[in-house]
Amino acid sequence: MVSFFEVDQVTREFHPKVSLGDKIAAKLGAKVETRSVKAVNDVSFAVEEGRTLGLVGESGCGKSTLGKLAAGILETSSGDVSLEGQPVMVAGVKNTTRIQTVFQDPFASLDPRMKVGEAVAEGPIANGLVSKADAMEYVKGWFEKVGLDPDYVTRYPHQFSGGQRQRIAIARALAMQPDLLICDEPVASLDVSIQAQIINLFLKLRQDLNLTCIFISHDLSVVRHVSDRVAVMYLGRIVEEGETGIVFDNPAHPYTKALLASVPRLVLEDDELVTFEAIEGEIPSPLSPPPGCYFAPRCPYATDKCTEDSPPLIDVAEDRRAACHYADKLLAE
Amino acid sequence: MSKVLDVQNLQTHFHTRDGVVKAVEGVSFSLEKGEILGLVGESGSGKSVTGFSLLGLVDAPGKIVGGKILLNGEDLVGLSERKLRAKRGKDIAMIFQDPIATLNPLLTIRTQMQLALEAHARMSKKDIEARCIEVLNKVGIPDPAARLDNYPHEFSGGMRQRVAIAITLLHGPGVIVADEPTTALDVSIQAQILSEMKRLAVETGTAMIWISHDLATVSSLASRLLVMYAGRVVEEGPTAQVLRDPRHPYTQGLIDSLPAMAAPGEPLVQISGTTPSLLSLPEGCPFAPRCSHASDICNNEPPLGEASGRAWRCHHPLNLKEAV
Repeated sequence: MVSFFEVDQVTREFHPKVSLGDKIAAKLGAKVETRSVKAVNDVSFAVEEGRTLGLVGESGCGKSTLGKLAAGILETSSGDVSLEGQPVMVAGVKNTTRIQTVFQDPFASLDPRMKVGEAVAEGPIANGLVSKADAMEYVKGWFEKVGLDPDYVTRYPHQFSGGQRQRIAIARALAMQPDLLICDEPVASLDVSIQAQIINLFLKLRQDLNLTCIFISHDLSVVRHVSDRVAVMYLGRIVEEGETGIVFDNPAHPYTKALLASVPRLVLEDDELVTFEAIEGEIPSPLSPPPGCYFAPRCPYATDKCTEDSPPLIDVAEDRRAACHYADKLLAE
Repeated sequence: MSKVLDVQNLQTHFHTRDGVVKAVEGVSFSLEKGEILGLVGESGSGKSVTGFSLLGLVDAPGKIVGGKILLNGEDLVGLSERKLRAKRGKDIAMIFQDPIATLNPLLTIRTQMQLALEAHARMSKKDIEARCIEVLNKVGIPDPAARLDNYPHEFSGGMRQRVAIAITLLHGPGVIVADEPTTALDVSIQAQILSEMKRLAVETGTAMIWISHDLATVSSLASRLLVMYAGRVVEEGPTAQVLRDPRHPYTQGLIDSLPAMAAPGEPLVQISGTTPSLLSLPEGCPFAPRCSHASDICNNEPPLGEASGRAWRCHHPLNLKEAV
C-alpha cells in the first residue's frame, strides 16, 4: 500500500569545497581523500493523510535538511520522496505546490520591501489559484483565518511583531492550498506566551483544513504536544520512530531516553533536589562518524557489538521502529 | 547570612527620540552568598537590561537614573568608569548568551584568559597557567592543559560556553550574572552546563543571577524567582512556591501556556495580546489589558503585596487563601 507521503531510503550528501592544492594533486594522479557529510543518511518514513509527524533531534542531526528534502526544496543524493505516489521533485525541480513550508525565522522569510499582502498573493497568482483582480480579497480571507486584521495586507514586515510575522508566514504557506505542511521550528524564536498562541493556531488550522504535517523541532515538549507520531534523529539517521505518547513514555533507543532525561522540568516541590542526567560527551563530527552505531561512544548500554555493527532501524514492537541492538532491553525496563 | 548584592529600586531608562523607554522601573532584590536567583520574563521585559545595569554596561541612550546597586555594601551607581572597571570581572562578572560573540576569534584561550587575569592581578606566567588550568577543570573541559593553546573555533558550542564561564571564574567573583547562557545550546549540552553551574555555586559560594525566558530551566537551578513584565518585577518568591501557586496572573499565564501543562493535541491556555510597547504603557498595571482578572481598579498602580517571603504587584492576587 502506498502511504500518503513517503520518504524512501533518502540520503543527502554534502561535499566540502576541494582546495586548489588537492585539485592539482588529483590531476597529477595522487589519491586525494574526499570527505563528504551525509547530512541525511538512508532515511525512510511515511506520513498518513491528516496525521502529524514530529521530527526531533539536536543541532546538526539533519532534521532541517530532511525537511527540505521532504519539501522538494533540496535534491536528494539518492532515494525517493513522493506524495500520493508522485515524486515531489523531477529533474531537480519541485514538481508540486501541494507541499508548503513554514520556516523558523519570520524575519528572514519575508521580503522587507514587499507589502505582506503582496508577498502572500505572489504564489497563488503565479500558480493560477486566484486571478490578480481577486488576489487581495483572497489574501484578506487567509489573514482572517490566521488571526490577523485583514487591513494589515498593505503593511510591511517590519511593522509586525515576531508572532504576527509567523502568522503571515503561515498564511502565505496556506494560501497555496497545500495538502502537506512542513513546519521547521515555527515557534523556536517566539516568547512562551506567543508560542502558545501560534501552537493553538496550528492545531486549529490543521483540523479545519485537514492538513497533513511534518513538524520539525528541537523542543520535545512542543513536539509531544502537536504530533501523532515522532521520529528521533541522530547524526543523519532516524534512531527511533513510533506513536508520540508511546515513544515518550517508554523509549526504545538510549538516545531518546537520554534526550528526554535532559529536558528540564518545572520544579514544584520545595527543596526538590534536581539532578541532571546529562548525556556524556558531544555529538561526533559528521565528517568522521564513529564506526558501528553513531551513538555508541556516548551510550551507557553500548557493548563491543555496538562499535562493530551498525544497528538497522527495525520493528521492535507493533507499529514502532528503533535502531538499537538492545531495544528489547530498554523496552523491558 | 550575608548579602553580597542588594539592588534597591533600580531604574534604567533609555532616552530615545520617540520618548523615554523605562526598560527597568523600580527593580529591587538581594542576593546571598552561594544563592542562585532566577530572573524570568519575555523579550522586552527588562531582564537583560537589569543584568547589564548591574555591571554598568548600559550604553547610551540608556542610563541608570535611579536606585542603588550595593555590591558588598558599596554602591556601584554613579561610580566612575575606572572604578567600575576595577570591579568588573573581579567582584562581579557576566556570562552572555552567545560565546562566539564574547570570545575573541583571533586569540588563543590562553591569551584571553591571561589578559583577563592581568586586568586585576600581577601574576607570574607559571601561576597564570596554573590558574587557567584550574578553572577550565572546574567547568569540565577535558585535558585543559592541551586546550589552552586552541582558538575558540576549535571548540564546540557547549565547550565554548564552558570556556566563557571559566573566564568569569578566574578572579572568583562574588556574583555572576548569567544572561540566557544555555539558550543557544542543545538540551543535552544544556543539562551538562546546568549541573556544572549548580555544583560551582555550591563549591565556590558564588552567587548567581540566572536570566532566562525558560521557566523550567530556571526552576531546576534557582532557589528564588523574580518574574518581570514591562520593566517591573511583578512577582517574587521561592521558586517552587511561585510556580505551584503563583500570585500574579501573568506568572500563572506563563506557566499555563507551557505545552507540558496541557494534554497532547489540546489547545494551550494562551495569554491574549502581545507585550506592550514600553513607549506607550497603559496607566496603572501594565499587564491589565491582557489580564482576565482585570477590573477598573487596575488603572491604578498596583500595590506591593507581601507575605511569608513572597511579594507581588497585583490588585487581584491569585491563590492567596490557600497560603494563609
